[in-house]
Amino acid sequence: MAVAALRPRALLWQALALGVVAGVIAVFSINAAHHLAARHIATGFGFLSAAAPIPIGESLISYTPSVSTYGRALLIGVLNTLKVAIPGCLLATLLGTLVGIARLSPIALLARLAALYVELLRDLPLLLQLLFWYGVFQTLPAPRQAMRPLPGVFLSNRGLRIPDLVWQPGFTGVAFALLGGIALSFFLARRTALAPGLAVRLGAFLPVLLLPAATLALYRPAFRVDWPALHGFNFQGGASLSPEYAALLTGLVLYTTSYVAEIVRGGLAAVARGQWEAGAALGLPRGAVLRLIVLPQALRLIIPPLTSQYLNLVKNSSLAVAIGYQDLVSIADTTLNQTGQAIEGVALIMAVYLSISLTISLAMNFYNARLARQAG
Amino acid sequence: MRSSLPVRIFSAAVTLALALILLDGLWHFFSWAIVHAVWSVPRGADGAPDTDLCRAAIGRGACWAVIGEKFRFILFGFYPHALQWRPAIVVALFVLLFALSLNPRFWRPALVAVWLAVLALVAVLMWGGVFGLDFVAADQWGGLPITLILATFGLALSFPLAILVALGRRASGLPMIRWLAVAYVELIRGVPLISLLFMASVMLPLFLPEGIDINKLLRAQLAFILFAGAYLAEVVRAGLQALPRGQQEAAAALGLSYWQATRLVILPQALRHVIPMLVNTFIGFFKDTSLVLIIGIFDLMTTGRTATLEPRWQGFGNEVYLLLAAIYFAFCFTMARISRLLERRLNEPHLPIEEPA
Repeated sequence: MAVAALRPRALLWQALALGVVAGVIAVFSINAAHHLAARHIATGFGFLSAAAPIPIGESLISYTPSVSTYGRALLIGVLNTLKVAIPGCLLATLLGTLVGIARLSPIALLARLAALYVELLRDLPLLLQLLFWYGVFQTLPAPRQAMRPLPGVFLSNRGLRIPDLVWQPGFTGVAFALLGGIALSFFLARRTALAPGLAVRLGAFLPVLLLPAATLALYRPAFRVDWPALHGFNFQGGASLSPEYAALLTGLVLYTTSYVAEIVRGGLAAVARGQWEAGAALGLPRGAVLRLIVLPQALRLIIPPLTSQYLNLVKNSSLAVAIGYQDLVSIADTTLNQTGQAIEGVALIMAVYLSISLTISLAMNFYNARLARQAG
Repeated sequence: MRSSLPVRIFSAAVTLALALILLDGLWHFFSWAIVHAVWSVPRGADGAPDTDLCRAAIGRGACWAVIGEKFRFILFGFYPHALQWRPAIVVALFVLLFALSLNPRFWRPALVAVWLAVLALVAVLMWGGVFGLDFVAADQWGGLPITLILATFGLALSFPLAILVALGRRASGLPMIRWLAVAYVELIRGVPLISLLFMASVMLPLFLPEGIDINKLLRAQLAFILFAGAYLAEVVRAGLQALPRGQQEAAAALGLSYWQATRLVILPQALRHVIPMLVNTFIGFFKDTSLVLIIGIFDLMTTGRTATLEPRWQGFGNEVYLLLAAIYFAFCFTMARISRLLERRLNEPHLPIEEPA
């Protein structure tokens, strides 16, 4: 282009832009060094190994306030972020697909309700929805009057209590067998997709059931379930989800569902009807047409915007701080208030989210590239 | 094509079940919001509202008295009571500005001047201190005007930045500038907004020389501009990409310089294409301003939340949240609808949008 042709001017522009950015960074660094020296705050990440007096309510790894380090506290924050982000993405995809299909339903009332859902939840700030759900979980009855939607499940203002399966060594083998079964079925299903008999096509999915069942029979681990029970004013035993976690997950999933639904609807609607008819004309069974012809084309349209919704969900999980769920941002915020390490704290938050974002982007790009190759 | 009998019976059953659930829900809401609602409460001996009536209705009926008592605080925050006509005019000005900007008839260069004039007027009305208006410090502002200011100033002030970044990202022969533009966009889009707001509230003061103290609202506004710039740059880039290369080449063939071609040929066409996308991005910004609650700035969300935390009115959060939801929904839904209309109009080849005179 015109600019490229003028070499010296191109160099000048670049030098100027770089100079401005470098200058701003230099001035900021000098000022920051000056301020930190005046406040006797040491720079660097040395504070990570100092003992952290942060009380942490829920954690996947062991933690003792004032004994464990800030580094460990922040790691708990990262794990808590993932603990809400991963189930959030899965549930939003599941629900979003259902709502998206419902929007295309020939049942008029169902389609209208799905449209209403999408319209309403997209046009309200997520933070407002989170505060609302947190309010809902807080006004649930106390443990003594807890709701029991299912036997062994308690819903109260202390959150959700569910029976917990106590992990036995044998389960690890079963889990590996399940993974192997899924891989084998996947392989077989691809081989038999065009097979004429329904029994053969369904048979490809048998390894998913058979392998874990065989391992279970081999190891015969004892099933021990930890049932929650009311003792005094609170519950003992079982696994629990805090009201903060439940509110955050509910809010994030319902909000993201409205976006995923639109993406799924758009993707499915974009595949021309003729594709279905052409597949049927080739004599393919309906399931094979969906799996081999329609879905690959729809998925190519669905995956890129779906990826950015996953990224949004991960970033939006940082709103946890507003309802007191201790995710990374919440713990980093407490840390930087206690230690004064503002720059390091914010840099850590950004680095973690950037890595999560890049990982999701890479994984989804890889999947998308594979789809594009398959569809040729 | 007529569907088979079992399919029709199934649809009828689903419709009936959904209708029953819907009616039941509507009836419960009607009973809570209208039939058993408390519309106002008497004042006690000390002049403070006596909320016993509302407390008695908890679980059965809504307490709309909290709205009647708090709506001015929710809308305008701590802005001096007697001067609240000024933020009220500001809200009206913003609505007018949006209405004007969403009408294709006004899409001409003069619109930029209108935006600048309205934004200046907003600043004068909010701050005062001139034309005989009393001065009101920024830490007294609050409510809906803050939400509108953060979103609108964020859009307007980040726009030049976004255009430069989008052009920089496509500049061939300028690898350094392209690299800087990509780094900026990907960095900002890769981190949550809340981390940028933390940066503005706890890090920025460290970066500035001593003696320069920027007010908290202004710092949040800066973070918002930085945030909006990255997302807008992607919107502008989409517009630039949609233009055929021939446009650039034709302009160059006419002897126009890069900047002349960009200003007169490329940008007017590129921006026109992305107006619906721009409106959708703005709706996102409008919702995202609510995050300033976390750093303690009194926007609409924070005033609403504060109203529910007052001991006397505790327990009536849902009523207040419904009011907030109605306000946010009114703005977002209207803009989303108009954006969709514009999109349809832009995509119709036979009904071109009127060309500017």
